[in-house]
Amino acid sequence: MSTRRIALLGATAGLGRALARRFAARGDDLVVLGRDPTSLARTAEDLSLRAAGRPVGMARCDLLEAESFAPALERAEELMGGLDLVVVTAGVFATQEELERDAEATEHLLMVDLVRTIRFCEEAKRRLLHRGGGTLCVFSSVAGEQARRSSVLYGAAKAGLTRYLEGLDLRHAGEGLHVVTVKPGFARTSMTEGLSPPPFAAEADEIAEAVMTGLDRGRRVIYAPSIWRWVLAVVRRLPRAVMRRVEF
Amino acid sequence: MARSRQRTEELSGWGRFPVVRGVVHRDEDLSRACAGAALTRGLGRSYGDASLPAGETDIVACSVRADRILALDEARCVLRAEAGLSLAALEALLTPRGLACPVVPGTAQVTLGGMVAADVHGKNHHVAGTFGRHVRALRLALADGGEVEVTRETDAELFAATLGGLGLTGHILEVECALMRVPSAWMIVETEPVTDIAATLTGLAEASAGWPYTAAWTDGLARGSAAERGYVLRARWAERDEAPAMPPAAPRSWRVPPIPLTEALVRAHHGRHFARAARRRGPRLVSPAQVLHPLDAFAGWNRLYGRGGLVQHQGLLPGPDPGPAVARLLATLAAHGGRSWLTVSKDFGAAGEGLLSFPAPGVSVALDLPGRPTTPALVDALDALVAEAGGRIYLAKDALTRADVLRRMEADRLPRFNAVRDRVDPERRLRSALSVRLLGDAPAGGRAATAAQRRRRETPR
Ligand SMILES: Cc1cc2nc3c(=O)[nH]c(=O)nc-3n(C[C@H](O)[C@H](O)[C@H](O)COP(=O)(O)OP(=O)(O)OC[C@H]3O[C@@H](n4cnc5c(N)ncnc54)[C@H](O)[C@@H]3O)c2cc1C
Ligand SMILES: NC(=O)c1ccc[n+]([C@@H]2O[C@H](COP(=O)([O-])OP(=O)(O)OC[C@H]3O[C@@H](n4cnc5c(N)ncnc54)[C@H](OP(=O)(O)O)[C@@H]3O)[C@@H](O)[C@H]2O)c1
Repeated sequence: MSTRRIALLGATAGLGRALARRFAARGDDLVVLGRDPTSLARTAEDLSLRAAGRPVGMARCDLLEAESFAPALERAEELMGGLDLVVVTAGVFATQEELERDAEATEHLLMVDLVRTIRFCEEAKRRLLHRGGGTLCVFSSVAGEQARRSSVLYGAAKAGLTRYLEGLDLRHAGEGLHVVTVKPGFARTSMTEGLSPPPFAAEADEIAEAVMTGLDRGRRVIYAPSIWRWVLAVVRRLPRAVMRRVEF
Repeated sequence: MARSRQRTEELSGWGRFPVVRGVVHRDEDLSRACAGAALTRGLGRSYGDASLPAGETDIVACSVRADRILALDEARCVLRAEAGLSLAALEALLTPRGLACPVVPGTAQVTLGGMVAADVHGKNHHVAGTFGRHVRALRLALADGGEVEVTRETDAELFAATLGGLGLTGHILEVECALMRVPSAWMIVETEPVTDIAATLTGLAEASAGWPYTAAWTDGLARGSAAERGYVLRARWAERDEAPAMPPAAPRSWRVPPIPLTEALVRAHHGRHFARAARRRGPRLVSPAQVLHPLDAFAGWNRLYGRGGLVQHQGLLPGPDPGPAVARLLATLAAHGGRSWLTVSKDFGAAGEGLLSFPAPGVSVALDLPGRPTTPALVDALDALVAEAGGRIYLAKDALTRADVLRRMEADRLPRFNAVRDRVDPERRLRSALSVRLLGDAPAGGRAATAAQRRRRETPR
């Protein structure tokens, strides 16, 4: 596999960090994008050392500041002399109860996970298409597959994101844009800290491994861990009357 | 937002005794995780209650997500990293570069912070000292929330108290330490069979006179003429021309099914293992993991001890001639009907600067005792003997030693350690289940344990 030029939004923590380390170990060129310059610098240095000293670039990019998207991606292209893959793992989460208590938090979540993630993807898409193609790999969630009582709002944001990514694929596949939607199940990261891990809860590195395999195989949809493909195949068929009653 | 969620979970050290409930804060940002926490823990490989909260209302920060390597100067052999970096990850990083960590404990599943806070020793203590000797600087979050860079120059006393200080002087955020250059990625190991404990100690002393890595294993379950049989292990890094150019395969591990073993099964295993070791002659070329972290090949082996857990008693029998005291220790064990499923001895070199560090000249004997209702009484007897011999116990392994016994063993050292805590944490905001048990810290508020619960907690099943 030849070296890829990868820009990652969200590599400072959790699933993004685990995935970035796998790219680094494999020898890919990396630029990390994120909101906190200190954390970005530490992440870039860590990845560089894990990549046997290859420099890892960084650029500031905050999903709450749409103006930061274009300069960040531009900088990534500059630093690597091109761009083959853009990975988006940045996102926020809150439980349904937390969001119902706090309208501001609800708006923030919809803004970050849906509105601004889509806007970032639009910018990334534009740049990749301009170069003749490339891969856009975005973390949505199994929560976007089927409405559930316990995640109405987060689920809606992820459902919207998933549908958007499907649309992008339909519209631009012919032009060389490869859109990959990652649908992780529950993972033990800081995002889910304090929640009781449900069945099939995974470690960040297991998710990263599944994503690496999926990317290598050219998959457009990656369930991680893969068991979720089958779980959802069943859950999606449950009638609404049943979903109304189940607790999860 | 995540911090608004508080979930208590079951926590224990590697020995799975005691088991308590507590709230854990995990975060990539260790400063954030430590805010308001009474203690920081790493991978929980200390055996007893050193990494456990003083009560259900105390928060424990967990460092393992703070695992970024911050700087690696290969020319000067210096590393700086966040405290949650695991030794396993560090070794994977260093091996291809011809570097190694100068002191490593028997498992690679520990964090840098844990290595500092227990001031760990390895099989090379007689030449390399403890890990603390190689630490250059620490970034600490103190009890008052302030963060400081601590070195031997800026605050020698706080630095020395933090080495082996079991997290009670501050939350270790970052560690800067020296590395060592190694001639190859392989080791040469030899084993020398021995038939009794006297021969074990002589063999150990002889081995340490010529080899950088030594330890002795004794079959604590053998009976009759085989009793006290064991072997002395000696190892060194292979020179470049002795070793294949290829590095050894990355260490692998098998998850052990969590089925409790019986003593008979362990005895049968040891029968084969020690007989095989006795037949082996001459040097063997092996991967460093086989020498340095042999038990890591079996993930989750602590579960083999079943519900009662595993209590390790590691005592130091000091002085140039520890033989008689070691013999008395084993006799005490036998007299109490106690059996060590695995006994490891190691001779130590000079003590380091850590105010509460374990190693000092003499021999350390580690006994792996299955947790039973009789174990507390056994530990009392072993402790009495160690105290009598002028020795001490390794707090990172301890679960059952009593406060008055510790005060006797550490009469000289505790005041200095307490003085540092008086200065940096007069209110004792930092505390652990161990510091409540042994150092007189107040237990955390919340539901007080009933007498029955306390008894259950204090006595292994
Ligand atoms: C199989 C096995 C073999 C071992 N062999 C050896 C050996 O040969 N030599 C030896 O010396 N030890 C040995 N140990 C013990 C082990 O090395 C120590 O207990 C070490 O401290 C464990 O590191 P940890 O990251 O798991 O720390 P934990 O067990 O999580 O914590 C240990 C102590 O360090 C404190 N601590 C941890 N991280 C921090 C931090 N960031 N800031 C402040 N305080 C912190 C905790 O509060 C606690 O008091 C062995 C353990 C096992 C399971
Ligand atoms: N964990 C799970 O169980 C799970 C399950 C399904 C789907 N997912 C999805 O997987 C993705 C990664 O989750 P995770 O568990 O890795 O989360 P995480 O550990 O909380 O990491 C979130 C990442 O997003 C970044 N981020 C947050 N807000 C941002 C903003 N405004 N601008 C830029 N970056 C921002 C964070 O940066 P900072 O370091 O600066 O905070 C961090 O790098 C998310 O999309 C999540 O919805 C997770």
